[in-house]
Amino acid sequence: MIEIDIRLRRPGFTLEAAFAAPDAGITALFGRSGAGKTTIIQAVAGVVRPDGGRIVVKGEVYFDAAARIDLPIERRRVGYVFQDSRLFPHLSVEGNLRYGERRSRLALKPIGFAAVVDLLGIGHLLGRRPHSLSGGERQRVAIGRALLSQPRLLLMDEPLAALDEARKAEILPYLERLRDAMGLPILYVSHAVDEVLRLADVVVALRDGRPLAIGPVADVMSRPEILPVIGRFDVGTLLECVVSRHDGDYALSTLSFAGGELRVPQVAMPIGSAVRARVRARDVALALARPEGVSVSNLLAARIEAVRQQEGPYADIELVVGEVRLAATVTRESVDRLTLRPGLAVWAMVKSVAVESRSPDFGEPG
Amino acid sequence: MDVLLTPDEWTAVYLSLKVAFWATFWSLPFAILTAWLLARTRFPGRGLFDGLIYLPLVLPKVVVGYILLLTLGARGFIGQYLDAWFGIKLIFSTAGATVAAAVVSFPLTVNAIRLALEAVDRGLETAARTLGASRLDVFVSITLPLMLPGVLSGALLAIASALGEFGATITFVSNVEGKTRTIPLAIYSATHMPDGDAMALRLTLVSIVLAFGALLLASLVDRRIRAMIGRA
Repeated sequence: MIEIDIRLRRPGFTLEAAFAAPDAGITALFGRSGAGKTTIIQAVAGVVRPDGGRIVVKGEVYFDAAARIDLPIERRRVGYVFQDSRLFPHLSVEGNLRYGERRSRLALKPIGFAAVVDLLGIGHLLGRRPHSLSGGERQRVAIGRALLSQPRLLLMDEPLAALDEARKAEILPYLERLRDAMGLPILYVSHAVDEVLRLADVVVALRDGRPLAIGPVADVMSRPEILPVIGRFDVGTLLECVVSRHDGDYALSTLSFAGGELRVPQVAMPIGSAVRARVRARDVALALARPEGVSVSNLLAARIEAVRQQEGPYADIELVVGEVRLAATVTRESVDRLTLRPGLAVWAMVKSVAVESRSPDFGEPG
Repeated sequence: MDVLLTPDEWTAVYLSLKVAFWATFWSLPFAILTAWLLARTRFPGRGLFDGLIYLPLVLPKVVVGYILLLTLGARGFIGQYLDAWFGIKLIFSTAGATVAAAVVSFPLTVNAIRLALEAVDRGLETAARTLGASRLDVFVSITLPLMLPGVLSGALLAIASALGEFGATITFVSNVEGKTRTIPLAIYSATHMPDGDAMALRLTLVSIVLAFGALLLASLVDRRIRAMIGRA
């Protein structure tokens, strides 16, 4: 368990965060810039000293203001991957990778050089100098360097933020392999919804230095209270699905979830694979009766759980479909015209589904 | 060899090189430490310390030499103990000439190294610490290699200014042939001799050759270092 409970006050900024992250998998610290995400991992690394609180990683106390414990950076054994990679320019790629490995005090190093080089696909770069690498290659080397220092946890500060879309797509699969292969807890700072949805197991959504919501990614990213972090455009529901059928004639696949089925453009995964499907609230339309003669193929029987009127033109509707919740955004005018209220049975028309285990956004044919 | 210079002149050239080398060799570690203190630390009296370091640069060199005489001379308040406890006599000696050269070149060396140190990306040092390196380890394995071009140019400045040192040397350790008579002092003496013109001219040419040689060597080494640390 990684227990973080810190207070830190700076001019114009106050951080007060207390949460626990699991011992394995990726915990995303998610929020807009200035929310305090980076400050939290800097405090875990020992680069920033909080004014008060405690940081305990797998039973080892890194920081405890009351007990006056503040472990020096080099004894915390955290692998820190910076946004700007920070490779040492006077060392070769191999020299960079070996830097932390050589300084590890462990007699038996559980993370091996060959395994890391293989995992990150950087074997052909070992003799090169950092300045001759592309941005994506640099970031892969930086991840390898952090891993080889035999860390107890990995801290990643927006490792993809400085890269263009193509480079991001190049690195994401390596991050997924890392998450699945290493069994190492990762604190992952990001402001990008798609990265969080694709990589994270647990999300800590932060706003103005305070956690807004903490929990499993599908749960947190569907909650209405994190709307200010995500923005209305991107708010939606994450559905854990299983690929149940492929329809080769129409190049479609069917995904099953606890509330029914969704038809999506064919996914290149075998039947039975787990995928995450994301439905944005603005892509869900409501009808009082089962609509006939519409092109939308994903129709779900639903019941209204709650209606939240917002300022401005929109209202947030919380639906229950089978066993899961689904968020919808409609205009306030529609709420009044259709007299939408809790308890009412409706049909949800899902206009678009994004399958998150593949990077591009697949729109449903209309 | 005697074809080019007289034995006296060779002595002066050899002495100059020896003084410049040892003055730089001994002052470099202190210059690195001082540059580090000035660039990276805050302590009470830092401003005064900063001014003190640069003082030899702005003071007349004769004044620097006289201060050295007062402090390190045979009856100086440090000099008398150097003699009594260690038997070290700086006055009229090559060691004294080396001290004078080192003191005069020190501010230039510190300044060059300080600029290089301030240019080192501190983010790299933080990264090194997260990888398990202690502060000292970071300095040796990251900071020092990255500031090497600055250390080199500092060392070159030190050698150049030591080769040209005149005022402080002649005031502190006088003009003793074979002990303190470096090239500038030998030229000065030559201009006071009835037929010293040829000697002055030959030593002037030697000075020019040495200066060019040092510049050439520095640019070669600088290029190698920059390639080595990936800044080419």
